[in-house]
Amino acid sequence: METVEIDATGISTEDLNERLMALMLDGTEKFVLKNVCGQRYIGTRLYSKNGNKPRVDIDITGTPGSDLGAFMSGHRVRVHGNVQDGVGNTMDDGEIVVEGRAGDVLGMSMRGGKIFIRDNTGYRTALHMKEYLDKKPVLVIGGTTQDFLGEYMAGGIVILLGLGELPHNQTFIGTGMHGGVIYIRGKVDKLQVAGQVDISEPGVEDRKLLDKFVGEFIESFPDLGLNKEEILKGDFIKLAPKSKRPYAKMYA
Amino acid sequence: MKSFVFPEFQIIRDEEKCGQCRGCERQCSFGTHTYDPLTDRLISDDYKCAGCQRCVIFCPKDAIVVRPTQSFYRPNASWSREKIEDLKKQAETGGVILTGCGNDKPFRIYWDHIVLNASQVTNPSIDPLREPMELRTFLGAKPDLMDIDFKGGDVEIKTKISPHLMVETPILFSAMSYGAISYNAFKSLATASKQFGTLFNTGEGGLPRELRAEFGGNAIVQVASGRYGIDAEYLNCAAAVEIKVGQGAKPGIGGHLPGEKVSQSVAETRMIPVGTDAISPAPHHDIYSIEDLSMLIHALKEATNYEKPVSVKIAAVHNVAAIASGIVRAGADIIAIDGLRGGTGAAPKAIRDNVGIPIELAISALDMRLKNEGIRNRCSIVAAGGLRSSSDIIKAIALGADAVYIGTAALIAMGCTLCQKCNTGKCNWGLCTQDPRLSGRLNTEIATKRLTNLLNAWSHEIMEMLGGMGINAIESLRGNRDHLRGIGLYEWELEVLGIKGAGQ
Repeated sequence: METVEIDATGISTEDLNERLMALMLDGTEKFVLKNVCGQRYIGTRLYSKNGNKPRVDIDITGTPGSDLGAFMSGHRVRVHGNVQDGVGNTMDDGEIVVEGRAGDVLGMSMRGGKIFIRDNTGYRTALHMKEYLDKKPVLVIGGTTQDFLGEYMAGGIVILLGLGELPHNQTFIGTGMHGGVIYIRGKVDKLQVAGQVDISEPGVEDRKLLDKFVGEFIESFPDLGLNKEEILKGDFIKLAPKSKRPYAKMYA
Repeated sequence: MKSFVFPEFQIIRDEEKCGQCRGCERQCSFGTHTYDPLTDRLISDDYKCAGCQRCVIFCPKDAIVVRPTQSFYRPNASWSREKIEDLKKQAETGGVILTGCGNDKPFRIYWDHIVLNASQVTNPSIDPLREPMELRTFLGAKPDLMDIDFKGGDVEIKTKISPHLMVETPILFSAMSYGAISYNAFKSLATASKQFGTLFNTGEGGLPRELRAEFGGNAIVQVASGRYGIDAEYLNCAAAVEIKVGQGAKPGIGGHLPGEKVSQSVAETRMIPVGTDAISPAPHHDIYSIEDLSMLIHALKEATNYEKPVSVKIAAVHNVAAIASGIVRAGADIIAIDGLRGGTGAAPKAIRDNVGIPIELAISALDMRLKNEGIRNRCSIVAAGGLRSSSDIIKAIALGADAVYIGTAALIAMGCTLCQKCNTGKCNWGLCTQDPRLSGRLNTEIATKRLTNLLNAWSHEIMEMLGGMGINAIESLRGNRDHLRGIGLYEWELEVLGIKGAGQ
């Protein structure tokens, strides 16, 4: 596997992504990007029109700019640091692992792939996340989020592990939610959750999902030395929509 | 609850002519006509009639007339029949009133108050039958300066030119999504645009995969707040990408494609499960500012390798010119503006009939603002919403548009009668429905022919009018307000339109 290392110091967003694209089309399968500082849309351009679907690994040190992995189709990104807004926006497939925190609108309208965030995330996380047939996005967050988690959510799985110091004090969780599921480890008051959402305890099938994706989360961050049994022992709640048609009876 | 609402239409059947063939019964998806075997007669229920005229046109004996009902309330200038009946419907259901098509209220239609110029004596008019006339239009950002190099008698352009769209006539088909309209209607628009050398717009319902190779080059694919059916292949197969922020029929609100319309095929195209509501939130939740919009514009340029122009569509609202200036600065190559009378497959009536401004004023305000700011070259303007004829289009271009989108006009060409029942999904003309029995009524070959005929006729009329003005290229008419005069307009209206009064 050919690896290319790029020092991103002083390189513009457009130039950096153009180099990644050219190298990917030339067969590079692994990139190591050093000193990334605000360059946006990393991974977005990496699509080949000739029908083959190249899959590359991108290892990033520094702080990538907004829309990391937006519209991304199938690449794997690891960030040693924090990320900004719009990570995984409308992402179709692939994997993003962030050793740090994420900004707002994380995973918005994401339809496939996985995102693992070590720490906390901002507002509107997993907004209008979707799913389609075998495409079922998974988002696992080590800490917690700000308000409007899972707003308009239509599919996929979101897991909040609450491993950090912050409590889950976000509000408007799942407003307009009509698909998918959110699992939260720890306490959430009913008043924090929108009326369209049903709050319950995870069942056997839910526990299987939790076991699988918490396991993957732990594997993604081996340095943390997390104990799966310890985490899964905690109290989880499950949030799911009461109806697939929240607005069916609005019209005359 | 007994409904206190009158029927909207009255069906009059000439029993002498009626042959009891039951054609009307089969034609009507609303169940208006039923056959009574006891009396061997067809009975019509006025209450169910949508007024779409399908049965009238398809009755082999011309035995049916459908007309607005003759019953009336005591005439009242304030409480019109429509106001009374809408109120009654809401008292009976407690719901929002939905409707289809565009605003039908008597707001001033500026097209009908603007007249065109023609050459007489001092400069000759041009005969388009004899002289070449150029309607070909390029849409996209033009550079501020063009740097060129002379090399051995050859000219080489040094400036990097943004990607452009080329259309053979300045008429594009407006965004109508598969899901709102039927597959056959969608495919007819795609085929007609390919045959004529123009573009159609997928709306936000995706582009069915089997149409991508053949029609992608003529498609403007939309990215709307619901983000349905979007992946790298969808974005890259198209001619251009359009971010839909607003729609003239329903500025400021989102949309719901009800689960009933999400069939297997619609679900595949939108990439959502069958039968779920497809909800488009009112805003894009990743766009809360011009800076955010700029981010999405560039994300889409990245996703398409800077090979395609990115358009931003907004509804014409009060501060449209200032907003558009921000959109140009955010990096859009094309701005599409949709006016007060733009159509829809479903919108709350209160919004359709009351929100937004007429497209004529919006085009002019936008064109002048961008010129004053010195950035008009950085984007093309595509105007939509209420263009009914070639003369409306030529006036739109003289007011500053580069091209126009036609939606309602294209539907009418295929058979729509503006009955405004699009939201029911029971369109008898096979246009705004996902019922295979109904959509099968639309023959794609005939519908395509009707569309290319319309483009042909209008393009020819535009050439005639251009020639009359002594102009041989549509480019020379763009923003050329000297060729327009207003009639019966107030001073402020002439000022916004940037035109003189007739005789001035």
